[in-house]
Amino acid sequence: MTTHPVLRLTGITKRFGTTLANDAISIDLAPGEVLALLGENGAGKTTLMSILFGHYTPDAGTVEVAGVQLPPGKPRAAIRAGVGMVHQHFSLAANLTVLDNVMTGTESLWRLKSSTGTARLKLLSIAERFGLKVNPDARVGDLSVGEQQRVEILKALYNDAKILILDEPTAVLTNLEAETLFATLRVMAQSGLSLIFISHKLNEVMAAADRVVVLRGGKVVAERLAAETSKAELAELMVGRRVARPVREAAVPGDVLFQAINLDVGHRLSGINFTVRSGETLGIIGVSGNGQTDLGHLVSGLAQHTGGELRLFDQPVTQSSVRGMIEAGVGRVPEDRNSEGAIGEMAIWENAVLERIWEFSRNGLVDRRAARQFANEIIGGFDVRGGTPDSRTRLLSGGNMQKLILGRNLQKRPRILIAAQPTRGLDEGAIAAVHTRILDARRAGTGVLLISEDLDEVISLADRIQAIVKGRLSPPIPAEQADARMLGLMMAGDWPQDGKLAHAS
Amino acid sequence: MRLERRAHRPLLLVLLAPIIAIVTALVIAGVLIAIAGAPVLEAYRLILTGAFGTRLGFTETLTRATPLMLTGLAAAVAFRARVWNIGAEGQFYLSAIAVAAVAATVFSGWPPYLLIPAALMVGAIAGMIMLLVPLGLRLRFGVDEVVTSLLLNFVVVLFVSMMIEGPLKDPLAFGWPQSIPVGPDAMLPKLIDRTRLHIGLVIAMVIAVLVYFLQSRTVFGMQSRAAGLSPTAAVFSGVPLAKTLIKVACLSGGLAGLAGAIEVMGVKGYVTTDLSPGYGYSGIIVAMLANLHPIGVIAAALFTATMFVGADSMGRALGIPSYIADVTVSLSLLTMLVSIFFTQYRIRR
Repeated sequence: MTTHPVLRLTGITKRFGTTLANDAISIDLAPGEVLALLGENGAGKTTLMSILFGHYTPDAGTVEVAGVQLPPGKPRAAIRAGVGMVHQHFSLAANLTVLDNVMTGTESLWRLKSSTGTARLKLLSIAERFGLKVNPDARVGDLSVGEQQRVEILKALYNDAKILILDEPTAVLTNLEAETLFATLRVMAQSGLSLIFISHKLNEVMAAADRVVVLRGGKVVAERLAAETSKAELAELMVGRRVARPVREAAVPGDVLFQAINLDVGHRLSGINFTVRSGETLGIIGVSGNGQTDLGHLVSGLAQHTGGELRLFDQPVTQSSVRGMIEAGVGRVPEDRNSEGAIGEMAIWENAVLERIWEFSRNGLVDRRAARQFANEIIGGFDVRGGTPDSRTRLLSGGNMQKLILGRNLQKRPRILIAAQPTRGLDEGAIAAVHTRILDARRAGTGVLLISEDLDEVISLADRIQAIVKGRLSPPIPAEQADARMLGLMMAGDWPQDGKLAHAS
Repeated sequence: MRLERRAHRPLLLVLLAPIIAIVTALVIAGVLIAIAGAPVLEAYRLILTGAFGTRLGFTETLTRATPLMLTGLAAAVAFRARVWNIGAEGQFYLSAIAVAAVAATVFSGWPPYLLIPAALMVGAIAGMIMLLVPLGLRLRFGVDEVVTSLLLNFVVVLFVSMMIEGPLKDPLAFGWPQSIPVGPDAMLPKLIDRTRLHIGLVIAMVIAVLVYFLQSRTVFGMQSRAAGLSPTAAVFSGVPLAKTLIKVACLSGGLAGLAGAIEVMGVKGYVTTDLSPGYGYSGIIVAMLANLHPIGVIAAALFTATMFVGADSMGRALGIPSYIADVTVSLSLLTMLVSIFFTQYRIRR
């Protein structure tokens, strides 16, 4: 492609306090091209796109669209020039219809008559052209996350965007939705649009992009054609050193530690069976929203089962509680570390001991010395960087917060570890660290129950795999027999009803 | 220009925030004083001398600060756990009328060393009940306690006026609407003779220290903070959410109730419907000025009382309405909210 670039960033530099978020970044984008901006959290991807879209004013450098320089710090000018942005966190009004949301900001306040009719036709024709099916009269709050993202994209296209920027578009999507999204992006590129998507996931970058620009520490460290690179090379470029996720060795399963027999939780989980043995990992795979949260809450002691039997260390559990689970030796990593795992405004030491406060208090008084000591052990033992026991937990990055949560559980050598979405949203380096810890615990005899939406994660960590679909669990299959296609079928609910999917029980 | 969250909250800034807020409020109020036609600096000088310049003024300021400390603590402990208790005024009045109802009747003849603690306890319990109602509605039905606790204030004040016009009316008061007196044995000892200053000030300050200890050192303090900051994370960590909030409500309502009981037993000896010049509401401002810190509440209550007492005497001397005190205190709430905001965020170009 030797045509002029539709977009040219030259020498973009942006400093926040003492950190250099963007350091003389220059990027060109050709018409009809899909460019991936790859980098770890904090590499400067989002800052760069915010500058391009006019949210930030750069300290130096220029943005040119089709050869015309954009005034810095003016989002309206960017929109007029044909730049559209789909944010990671949608900016939609939940109680308005799709059409209302798309039209917002396009009409003059002083026009008496709203041209809804024309707008509807335009929206439908765009939707038709790119295969973005959506009902213009649906209330946005009633749509799924994937559909809401479609509305965001339509909104950008409605404003005649020629360049579309997507910030971590798959962070909120299920695998299936992500595939649909990438197919749509292809169609858009073929019809002449130029796309930039921001990501730290290697798989999707390889699958969807024509060209990959790798950012690290605010600098462009490499530029590759997707066809001429590999995941391993990109991973190394992104992290700056060789990272390899740890490899699972064969399990030595021991006693049955945790067992569900025909278990119900209201109508949300029905008739589920699973068995966790010491020294092995049971992986529960599934598309988000199929009951993972309920399962996680049940085994974490937050919910009660309403039917069937739950057995912990060969004893039936009648009334489960958080304290009961922790005292029995169950470590728990919640699926959402920000809303359940830790309290950002509290100190690291407080988050370290809150769930086992009875061990760190006497007569109602908190033993702060012991608590700080425990926090220090976790910080040292689990390589939690970016804070002391007294600093607020909010200051930790996602990966370090997860190490803290994992550490406060593993430091006490639990007999069972429940890990729900343990690496969601983490970058490559942190994922490797978390995986290593989980495998270490398993080797030491802990039984691990892994609930995850990440296929690669489950295949690489689990010894046996069950799929969760609409509150039901498939029979387990040994990881050796699992491949992506088979798991895909299982996640779609396709398994024989007689439960004879595999020999392992 | 945009706002950016600070990574750290500098301690110096946190300590300076209330001072900057108060100075700003005083400057704005100064403009209003000037518009009212009075010399601004002279007015502030008169406020200071009115509040501290005489023995009477000084003790009066401390007397007024006493209930403000307790209602301020009531708001501070509740707000920390995100229980929005706007009902301290009602808790104050229900407690006052409850004390008036029992002190000279049920507890009649008791020796003071039993009578006073018992009456204070009755007041605290009355305050608790007044807050447990809105909290119960929130826990059971999800009703916003801001609305219910606020509206219950009016219910209680009307109930009190019904009582002092009816069953609890003092027959010896020449028809004035006031309650039967609590009796001399129920009166709190004076701190300084021939002033209104009573032992309640010491009680309030000791309680502030106890609350500080409770919040910073105990499991309850930690759990109530967790419950306020993130209910979902608190539940995941095994904090009994409802139980913790109920305890917080008992503490907060109890403190506001104690304020009412102490005011009746320390100052007037009987209940009227103007017993509180809005102590319950001012307590919210006191708590905010203190950034919800129990020890800070003592200082914030002193500032607020200074404005009220000082403005009274300044108003008399210069002939401008003493409402300027309400205006200044209310302004200081707004400026404090802005100050707190800037301890957490900074402006970037």
